[in-house]
Amino acid sequence: MKLVLNKDKMQIIREQDVVPFRNRVKEYATKIGMGIVNQTKLITAASELVRNMLKYGGGGEALIEVISQGRDNGIRLTFTDKGPGITDIPLAMKDGYTTGKSLGVGLPGARRLVNEFDIKSTPGSGTTVCIIKWKNG
Amino acid sequence: MDRIPILRMGQYLLVTIQIDLYDRLATNLESDLVQAVSKTGARGVLIDISALSIVDSFMGRILNNIGSMSKIMDAETVVVGMQPAVAITLIELGLELKGVHTALNVEKGMELLAAKINSAYEDPDEDEAGTE
Ligand SMILES: Nc1ncnc2c1ncn2[C@@H]1O[C@H](COP(=O)(O)OP(=O)(O)OP(=O)(O)O)[C@@H](O)[C@H]1O
Ligand SMILES: [Mg+2]
Repeated sequence: MKLVLNKDKMQIIREQDVVPFRNRVKEYATKIGMGIVNQTKLITAASELVRNMLKYGGGGEALIEVISQGRDNGIRLTFTDKGPGITDIPLAMKDGYTTGKSLGVGLPGARRLVNEFDIKSTPGSGTTVCIIKWKNG
Repeated sequence: MDRIPILRMGQYLLVTIQIDLYDRLATNLESDLVQAVSKTGARGVLIDISALSIVDSFMGRILNNIGSMSKIMDAETVVVGMQPAVAITLIELGLELKGVHTALNVEKGMELLAAKINSAYEDPDEDEAGTE
């Protein structure tokens, strides 16, 4: 069972929100004693997802939670936007797939960098991506 | 601050990124550097990223762009000082810094640039000869 120890919400509406958001995630990860490599992986994944939310979802909300499960603590991040959504999730998750003339590494890369990755999308009403990085994961 | 200073030293351009970059700052750096290479005819660009705590696909793309555009103008680019955690993360993310050379620190980076530039000068057909 996952217990939520702490909660924090941030609105992401402009490119300038990216760095403060990353710093906030870093604060929480440092607070629970997450090591530098896991922190870097978490923040990089977060950066990719927050950029997607801005670029494709028209901005949205990022929820930062400190969670615990058994002996391990971790950070759970949930990105919610009310953009156009993704019709074919397996395709969007493929390395190199992009509709934005980019590299297509964001989603598949973010999944590799964290311990748990969950994406839900309803075409026409939005996308939610949730990731968890355990302190010792 | 909305511009990162570019230092000129002989045939080299040196940039030290001292803070985590906002996107605007990164895209400004890209265009400033490319302009500086073309204006000065620099042969080497060294970018110190030791203060960067993360490099995501956006920043990776900027670095690659700087490298490939400089290459077109006959300048080599070396990125130095990447933190180990950043290097590990980039590999797992699946982003390759194909457009640039990398070195451990500024000193090694300068050596690498000097070697690249001199070898190109002494033997301009080196690449072609190597594939025959
Ligand atoms: N929040 C979102 N809302 C709508 N579509 C999205 C969202 N996030 C991702 N997508 C779609 O999934 C595709 C793949 O996303 P991914 O992050 O892997 O690559 P990218 O953003 O195109 O490129 P990169 O992340 O390398 O810059 C995007 O091109 C876009 O079509
Ligand atoms: Mg992306």
